[in-house]
Amino acid sequence: MTAVTGARAITAVEGTSRIPKPLRRVGIHVAVIGLMAIWLLPTIGLFVNSFRTEDAVASSGWWVPSSYSLENYQYILSQSSIGDAFINSLFITIPATIIPILVAAFAAYAFSWMNFPGRNWLFIFVVGLLVVPLQMTLIPILRLFASLGLNGEFLAVWLAHTGYGLPFAIYLLRNFMGSLPREVFESAYIDGASPVTAFFRLALPMSVPAIAALAIFQFLFVWNDLLVAITYIGAARPENLPLTGAVSNLVSSLGDGWQLLGAAAFLSMALPLAVFFALQRYFVRGITGGAVKG
Amino acid sequence: MDPRLGTAVVVVVGVPAVLIGYIYGTELLLRLAPERLKATLRPWLWLLPALLFLGVFLIYPTIGTIIRSFQDKIGTAFVGLDNYAWFFGTDEALVALRNNVIWLVLLPLITVGFGLIIAVLVDRVRYESIAKSVIFVPLAISMVAAGVIWKFMYAYKSPGEAQVGTVNGVLTTFGGSPVPWILNDTLALNTIALIVVMAWMWTGFAMVIISAALKGISAELLEAARVDGATEWQVFRRIVFPLLLPTIAVVSTTVIITALKAFDIVYVMTGGQNDTNVIAHLMYQEMFSFSDFGRASALAVILLIAIIPIMIFNISRFRAQEAIR
Repeated sequence: MTAVTGARAITAVEGTSRIPKPLRRVGIHVAVIGLMAIWLLPTIGLFVNSFRTEDAVASSGWWVPSSYSLENYQYILSQSSIGDAFINSLFITIPATIIPILVAAFAAYAFSWMNFPGRNWLFIFVVGLLVVPLQMTLIPILRLFASLGLNGEFLAVWLAHTGYGLPFAIYLLRNFMGSLPREVFESAYIDGASPVTAFFRLALPMSVPAIAALAIFQFLFVWNDLLVAITYIGAARPENLPLTGAVSNLVSSLGDGWQLLGAAAFLSMALPLAVFFALQRYFVRGITGGAVKG
Repeated sequence: MDPRLGTAVVVVVGVPAVLIGYIYGTELLLRLAPERLKATLRPWLWLLPALLFLGVFLIYPTIGTIIRSFQDKIGTAFVGLDNYAWFFGTDEALVALRNNVIWLVLLPLITVGFGLIIAVLVDRVRYESIAKSVIFVPLAISMVAAGVIWKFMYAYKSPGEAQVGTVNGVLTTFGGSPVPWILNDTLALNTIALIVVMAWMWTGFAMVIISAALKGISAELLEAARVDGATEWQVFRRIVFPLLLPTIAVVSTTVIITALKAFDIVYVMTGGQNDTNVIAHLMYQEMFSFSDFGRASALAVILLIAIIPIMIFNISRFRAQEAIR
């Protein structure tokens, strides 16, 4: 009896909806699982097709059972430039992730723990730069690289990605470093530590969560970038193109060869997906911590 | 051995070494400086690498592009506002402008709408983290890969042939006739089809941020409203939604910028054909297909002008935050 009245009281508290509670629960599950299915379906379709034969892909939908093999992946790795492009992507992405983080960490430390005139205004300027569209920079930088003979070289994209990634990197790291406890730095200085020591021994190790978030962010940003790569590399030395450029070239050359396009796309997604699933926690923190990147 | 491997090792080890060496070097240098100057000089030495990069890769080119937008194709003569007049007087460019407006309206509506619905729904199930990962994961892949995935989703074959694309497969199974999604420009259907791809990627972004804000709303507050007899809908409409509004504003600005700069999806899926062009893609075409750097610069400036309100919003929000700190 008590249980029944208790249940009634809860229904009343839950609201005056006429739909009984268990049914509403079912409704929520159906909605959530339905949305998950819709979100997964596009990827699953192409993924299944990447294991099917050319004939099967051209004549029937991916949902029709047929034989599956790794042949498309073997073909893509041996016959196309995707293998080389994978290496290029690594060569581009790793330095283009490390350099901006270090440069930004120095600047963020100065913004957080050093006093100088114009500090706030300079930082506000950096916040303003966050949303400047890359498109604004392409033409003058392209000409600058041309005059330096850098077009088509990895160095060009390392430098460019460092510049483009810096406003967000400085913003994120400064917000994190600035929230570290003041006493830590004060007592270090009293003990005679130099700013360099305080930076490498205290600020940097304590900022690891923010640096991890930033590293994942910058890594994915550079790995997934198409515009910077095709602008500074594509025109001059196509053989240096990263995966995004190589895959988009395949889209025009392969047309309806979905089995091969699928294999190429999934090869290009492998590393970002691995990084994502291994470090999702930090990625989410980076996104919620600085949702203003342009 | 691949000669690039050597370069890579040099860069991965060498560049950090140079940068760390730089900071130690400045400290040695400062030992020579008089005591009074040390505190004045040090911050600027720490900022110098960042300021150099920002100056060379953002500030100098921004000014350069603005100037270039008033020059002709090859950059030898000033032509006043000709490039802007071209933009507002050419059908092709106006279609790109129209499409950017559609992107600008629909993308935030879809991503924030679905992000909000999903954040509220998954809050009530036990498999919340798995559900969120599924919605969120498209954000980790490139727009090129997303473009390939969805070009296949939309694949079209003439009626009568077996449909291989998922969307048309479903349509024909239920007795409908197949639709050439990314070719059909009636009512800008193909542009909307491209926006759906970006929404598929960015809904997870909206969901993650809105969900974090949702968790921050005090449970007692909601409980108190329910005890007072509010329905679930009233609780959401009158308490949860108003509390989420600042977060929704922040998410919207980021998505609006994404919509304005849309490039990759168009480049990969349609190449701007059949009236699907957008300003960022038209700019790329002016640069590399027509070598008209004057027009391309004007297009970039138009993007920048569209983004300035968001820049102001961000700065005022940042200053409000700093005032609280």
